[in-house]
Amino acid sequence: MGQAVPVVELKGITKRFPGIVANDSISLDLRQGEIHALLGENGAGKSTLMSILFGLYQPDEGEIRINGNKETIDGPGKAIKLGIGMVHQHFKLVQNFTVAENIVLGIEPRRGMAIDYRRANDRVRQLSEQYGLKVDPEVKIEEITVGMQQRVEILKTLYRGAEILIFDEPTAVLTVQEIQELIRILRSLAAEGKSIILITHKLKEIMEVSDRVTVIRRGKVVDTLATAETNESELAEKMVGRRVSFEMETQRCEPGGVLVRIDKLTCQGAGKGKNILEEISMHIRAGEIYGLAGVDGNGQKELVEAIAGLRPIHSGSVRLGDSDLTQAGVRERMAAGMAQIPEDRQKHGLVLDFAVSENMVLTAYADDRFGKRGFLNDKEIRRHAVRLAHEFDVRSAGIQVPMRSLSGGNQQKAIIARELTREPRLLIAVQPTRGLDIGAIEFVHERLMQAKNEGKAILLVSYELDELYKLSDRIAVINEGRIMGELEREDVSDEKLGLMMAGHRINGTNKAEVRHERQPEF
Amino acid sequence: MSDNRSFREWSRIFVASSLWVPIIAIVLGLVCGALVMWIGGYNAFEAYGALFDKVFGSKYDIGETVRTITPLLFTGLSVGFAFRAGLFNIGADGQFIMGMTGATLIGIKIDFLPWIVHAPLTLVGGMLIGGLWGALAGYLKSSRGVNEVISCIMLNWIALYLSNYLIRTLVLKPGTQRSELIRDSASMSIRWLSSFMENARMDWGIVVGLICTSLFYIVLWRTKQGYELRAVGFNPEAARFSGINVPKNMLKSMMIAGMFAGIGGVFEVLGVFHYQVISAASAGYGFDGIAVALLGGNHPVGILLSSILFGVLTYGSAGMNFSASVPTEIVRIVIGCIIFFVASQGLIQMLYKPFMARREAKRKEAA
Repeated sequence: MGQAVPVVELKGITKRFPGIVANDSISLDLRQGEIHALLGENGAGKSTLMSILFGLYQPDEGEIRINGNKETIDGPGKAIKLGIGMVHQHFKLVQNFTVAENIVLGIEPRRGMAIDYRRANDRVRQLSEQYGLKVDPEVKIEEITVGMQQRVEILKTLYRGAEILIFDEPTAVLTVQEIQELIRILRSLAAEGKSIILITHKLKEIMEVSDRVTVIRRGKVVDTLATAETNESELAEKMVGRRVSFEMETQRCEPGGVLVRIDKLTCQGAGKGKNILEEISMHIRAGEIYGLAGVDGNGQKELVEAIAGLRPIHSGSVRLGDSDLTQAGVRERMAAGMAQIPEDRQKHGLVLDFAVSENMVLTAYADDRFGKRGFLNDKEIRRHAVRLAHEFDVRSAGIQVPMRSLSGGNQQKAIIARELTREPRLLIAVQPTRGLDIGAIEFVHERLMQAKNEGKAILLVSYELDELYKLSDRIAVINEGRIMGELEREDVSDEKLGLMMAGHRINGTNKAEVRHERQPEF
Repeated sequence: MSDNRSFREWSRIFVASSLWVPIIAIVLGLVCGALVMWIGGYNAFEAYGALFDKVFGSKYDIGETVRTITPLLFTGLSVGFAFRAGLFNIGADGQFIMGMTGATLIGIKIDFLPWIVHAPLTLVGGMLIGGLWGALAGYLKSSRGVNEVISCIMLNWIALYLSNYLIRTLVLKPGTQRSELIRDSASMSIRWLSSFMENARMDWGIVVGLICTSLFYIVLWRTKQGYELRAVGFNPEAARFSGINVPKNMLKSMMIAGMFAGIGGVFEVLGVFHYQVISAASAGYGFDGIAVALLGGNHPVGILLSSILFGVLTYGSAGMNFSASVPTEIVRIVIGCIIFFVASQGLIQMLYKPFMARREAKRKEAA
């Protein structure tokens, strides 16, 4: 295989956009049956390059060879004809169509004028068996999980006869288990002779699945390496352009007294039936990061909403310092010193059509310093935004541009800047590094540690165990709306957390165990 | 919110960021009107000439044009304001009618106050009744989740028939299908200006309209209340997360929108006709207001300009009929086309993008 012509050869691809060179003379080759990772930070030019290969953009310079032949790819149609398939980060599926309908969309098998659904279903089943991609062709997209939707996307490209598959950040939306499944699928596709380009900025996955890695920084190729001959920190260094620390020197300053008391918090679900949160208790001390682990969808979202005042509390209490906030509204809790970094920053944390400066006061505009007697003090708002952007390194084309125009990392920095400068006593951070690149993750982690050292109480909800290990002083695990136990950092192990996440109670510092053994009182 | 996405698409149509779109839409609308005239065997140049002659022909016509513009400005502001808070106020029509009715009743039934008290009282009364009518839809939306488009359309009809009923039972002028005249002490006409403008019906409406236009801007962009309204309009979820009371803001925005439309109705009675007729259908100012807000990009200045345009076209159409014998309906076709082109931005961008691209290329070469 080594001597064969590469299936894809990109030579000196250059693409300019107004004011920026997105791709600067990039060369890359993809061999048959290999998994080639394309690594780079957000905005490094990975997606642009792949859009060129898929015919969405035309390169300004350079040539593309497919199986040794020079080709001009002037649209996705041409790309598909050449056997190139792309699995986008944001799925392009029709929600109320079935799996099979989505897969055959546009090239449906026909019988006379009508679509031959049985043949479509059979074909999908056959493909799904051939590549070990488990899907049920007859259910609707809206009814299946995200991981399965991704498999549908993959099948879509295979159905169209793709030999070269491009995956754009495929793991960004998946749970840990789904990632494992995806990695298995990638391997089996490669074994079937498909050639794969994997766009990502997650080092772990690259080490696990790829054969070679090409690192891109600021539109240029930094290096192409065999995965076996490199390691995570070398790749990180090449990607970011400087040394990156993976370990946080953990100055464990002694936490202060208990600041946040959540006692037997219970919330009811939408329908009747069991409670969505069941007697959750946690005490968070000042100067402590309290990690909450768990598989996505086990009540984390609801717990955060209940604490923040966005969801009615059925019983139990939420107290911050001396004040009982169980019945308080969002605004009241904020005034008492709560702040939140929401999980979905674009949907819940920002108004994307507002200017950067307006977003910087979204949770503080009511303060007197931003205007008296109901009017807005524009000058002060702008000054505030400039100061925050400077302090937290929020990069934008100015504070008057819409938030929409900022990159994900800078949007997140803006939220963190906004919430931390409010000097909260309790900061709730939900997946604060989701979708960010290494540089930005490092920044977010540093800021959280700094806030902790300043004596703030932090509730960190994350689905990534690495992040919890790195930052937390204590870790609790939630499963089906109940706390399974709570561990000091010294006592934490993968095994224990795994068991608790699967729903087993473990002896820890939590009183949950005690309560468990008590006789029910009637 | 399940209709969030379709709302986004709507908002892209409404909040036009580009100045090109409305301008090209206007030109294309006029061209389409000319085409229709040409097909019908009329001389388009003559017709448009007559239209502008009619508008600027005499002091009387200028005055009457302003009179035509006024209600469009108010309903445009009404629709635009609600839209900034994320609501589609299709009920400006009903709010306008309620404003008229309120003004008629207060203007006739109270007979002991001097002008300086009675006129403003009538204005405020009509405004509040219009605002209440808007708030009704806002309340249904915020507390019951009723889609404001549906409730507004129903409230429009309720307003029309309620108003007819009230006029018939309370203030009907015997033997006619209209109310009595309002008291002089409630009149908002400006006599000296009217006689100066060759007896055109001049009133304080346009002045109040301009004040409202600036208030529209000040409230939305200079106050904290406006900040909340705009946040709710752009992203209600983020607004909720930052402690803004979303339902309350929806209610407020509908009430303010209703007040704008209500004032429009007030001046129609107090300034223009001095009575209100029992009608089988509304005058449609509320719906024209949607077009005005759409073309004006929901910006106060844009709304002012587009209300002037629509007012000029509407009033001038009579002249077209008179001197070029083109039916007045042609103007409705022109207005319809303009709205169509504004709404189908993509089409227009297709037209001007190549120009822009060429210019861009030239600039690059030069650099």
